[in-house]
Amino acid sequence: MLKITDLVKRYGTGDPVLKNLSLTIEGETVVSVIGSSGAGKSTLLRCINKLVEPSSGSIELNGTELTGLRGRALREARRKIGMVFQGFNLVDRLTVMENVQSGRLGYISTWAALTRRYPREDIRRAYELMERVGIAHYADKRADELSGGERQRVGVVRALMQRPEILLADEPTASLDPKTSEQIMQLLRDLAGELKLPVLINIHNVAEARTYTDRIVGMRYGRIIFDSVPGDLTDEAMEEIYAGIPSRDRAGGAAAPLAMKAAT
Amino acid sequence: MSDQSTMPGAPLREAFPEEWHRFTPRQRMARYLGLLFAALAVGWSITSIDVIWEWVWDAPAQMGDLFGRMVPPDATNLATILKVLWETVNIATIATLFAVLVSLPVAWMAAQNTTPNRATLWLGRIILVSSRSINTIIWALLFVAIFGPGIVAGIAAIMLRSVGFVGKLLGEAIEEIDTRPVEALEATGASRAKVILYAIVPQVMPTFWAVAILRWDINLRESTVLGLVGAGGIGIILQSAIDTFKWQEAATVLLCILGLVLLGEIISAWLRRRIL
Amino acid sequence: MIRNPVLRWTLWLAVAAYVIGTVATLPVNWPRVSEGLSRAAQIFGGAFPPSFERSSLLIDGFLESLKIAILATVGGVLLSIPIAFMAARNIAPLPVFYLGRALIIVARSFHPVIVAILFVKAVGFGPLAGVLTLIVYSVGFVAKMLAERIEEIDFGQVEALRAAGAPTLSVLLYAIFPQILPRQIGLSIYQLDSNLRASAMIGIVGAGGIGATLANAFGRYDYDFALAITIIIVGAILVSEAISGQIRKRI
Repeated sequence: MLKITDLVKRYGTGDPVLKNLSLTIEGETVVSVIGSSGAGKSTLLRCINKLVEPSSGSIELNGTELTGLRGRALREARRKIGMVFQGFNLVDRLTVMENVQSGRLGYISTWAALTRRYPREDIRRAYELMERVGIAHYADKRADELSGGERQRVGVVRALMQRPEILLADEPTASLDPKTSEQIMQLLRDLAGELKLPVLINIHNVAEARTYTDRIVGMRYGRIIFDSVPGDLTDEAMEEIYAGIPSRDRAGGAAAPLAMKAAT
Repeated sequence: MSDQSTMPGAPLREAFPEEWHRFTPRQRMARYLGLLFAALAVGWSITSIDVIWEWVWDAPAQMGDLFGRMVPPDATNLATILKVLWETVNIATIATLFAVLVSLPVAWMAAQNTTPNRATLWLGRIILVSSRSINTIIWALLFVAIFGPGIVAGIAAIMLRSVGFVGKLLGEAIEEIDTRPVEALEATGASRAKVILYAIVPQVMPTFWAVAILRWDINLRESTVLGLVGAGGIGIILQSAIDTFKWQEAATVLLCILGLVLLGEIISAWLRRRIL
Repeated sequence: MIRNPVLRWTLWLAVAAYVIGTVATLPVNWPRVSEGLSRAAQIFGGAFPPSFERSSLLIDGFLESLKIAILATVGGVLLSIPIAFMAARNIAPLPVFYLGRALIIVARSFHPVIVAILFVKAVGFGPLAGVLTLIVYSVGFVAKMLAERIEEIDFGQVEALRAAGAPTLSVLLYAIFPQILPRQIGLSIYQLDSNLRASAMIGIVGAGGIGATLANAFGRYDYDFALAITIIIVGAILVSEAISGQIRKRI
């Protein structure tokens, strides 16, 4: 269970990017976060695995408080959080297998990593997952020889290799064509069920959010103003999420909650 | 083999491989051979080089001692040092100027598309190769023997070394020009000289300036050491300070050289922005 | 280039005045030069035909240059890697960054011959001074170029592995090294070539290698031997340039 309470992120002295945000995700649900650019979606995701250090508030993953962690404790916490990136962020010059195994770097020694002596169990698991997403035959190919969709599959397998307790996906389909994009969304949705894994996806494409996720969180200027099942996302709600008046939010007046029925 | 049911719903599970190697045995062999070769080269160098190993371990202490003797730098001769530093700048600048002028016809000869015939092509190339392969210091050694010690030998040495550098890069630029303007001009019946002036020169001008500035920057560095073989410039003062164990004055000279080189780099960066 | 015609012409005039002034005041000692010309004839006369008689001396000198170049390249490249990381703005904290840049600037600013003289004074004549000199020389070039490459890396790859909980050293090995390795190898090969060239030069001030052999021959007026050495140096440089060019093209 991921429990975010009163999360604030402020860069410098400016207006906070995240304003006392609270969010709880339980079970194997697929949750999408929508909102216009600059709403703080990406910052929210990056606060969870501490790529961005929150200013205040609490983030708890299955009982472990993540804020304030450093060094070894932080690395151990991060191992439990898989992340899929918009730009895939694969190491281009390494093979698919090495990229996939890089999800295990937090578990194996640097020496084993250097000599590419991966544990047998990890190799078997890698083949299993690659087979599942359809890239096993590429194991020895270099990552930069693959197409966009294939690269994102490698990215997903890398994250799953961590045996994560939650999967974060930051605009996972924004660099892909529509067809591949839907395949990746379907894959994330299926994997969530198969691996009993909660998945939190930042996404621009509202149609995909409706089709492939169980719950939609709408963000605007650092606040959650919508949180419900896709069926509740009316045109009016969409209007409110995407066409809000910035000044009103900036002034601190809380937007009226639209629908705040936490879906489970 | 019992596969943990981590993935219910996955298709019929065959045994997944538990081994993976980054390289095929053949590739691995090739890599080991490469490493072995490198290790042998280093091993051979270390074991056979004429070095007294006690001195190696002693080297850091010796270097520290040397720097210790340099502090604080002694600036009593600063006026003389700066005057000679200016002379050093002159050597570099005048030599670069002459070298650039001389390298124009050489580049023209050494470029395949402008050279009049095969003989001139090879002459041009021989000039470039011999100029480039022989170090400035070696050239200086020769010119000191001819002209006697002084900055004339220094200018000649730097110039000869620069001709190869400038000429080679310029020749390559000439070979890479867009041939269409040349053909267009030839089609109008323009003379050979006019073709060069109006179709080739404008195209290689940017490279010309870039190379000239770059070489000036390099020559500034080179001219600081000419004095060590008697060919003028700040090196003479450095040498005499070192020979007479005036380490504090040597430190001043070194700081002046550092300043000069940095200044040269700033000026050439500025020129490059202005001109290109 | 310069729009204002007055400024432009003043600038050209200043340049012309500088050139004429400097050239006119060059202390050319004409009697000495004419004497020098006959001496040149003597030198070239004495140099032809080149003498390869003392070839064992020649080979020893050349091999010593090669050893100096190899050791200096290995040492210089190994030292360059940490310095390059120190001098990369996207990796190093600001004070470390300044220290790294300063090291590179100092290593680059001094001509190897000056560095060689200092090392010769500190550790004595011979190849050790040569190796130390060329290590400094290598750092000046390799660390600078490598730092520039490190500043250009795709940081997303680093972020991805950090997000997976990888320790710092593993991140370095998996996300940064693969990105900079091709440049690193190219630079090392180029530097070996460059060091071989430079080792012929620093020998003249006593830092070992074939340069020392050349300086000795010159000092003893053995011009035919000096020419033979020069021919070998030129030949070796051309061969090593061709080899290093070929290898770098294939990477």
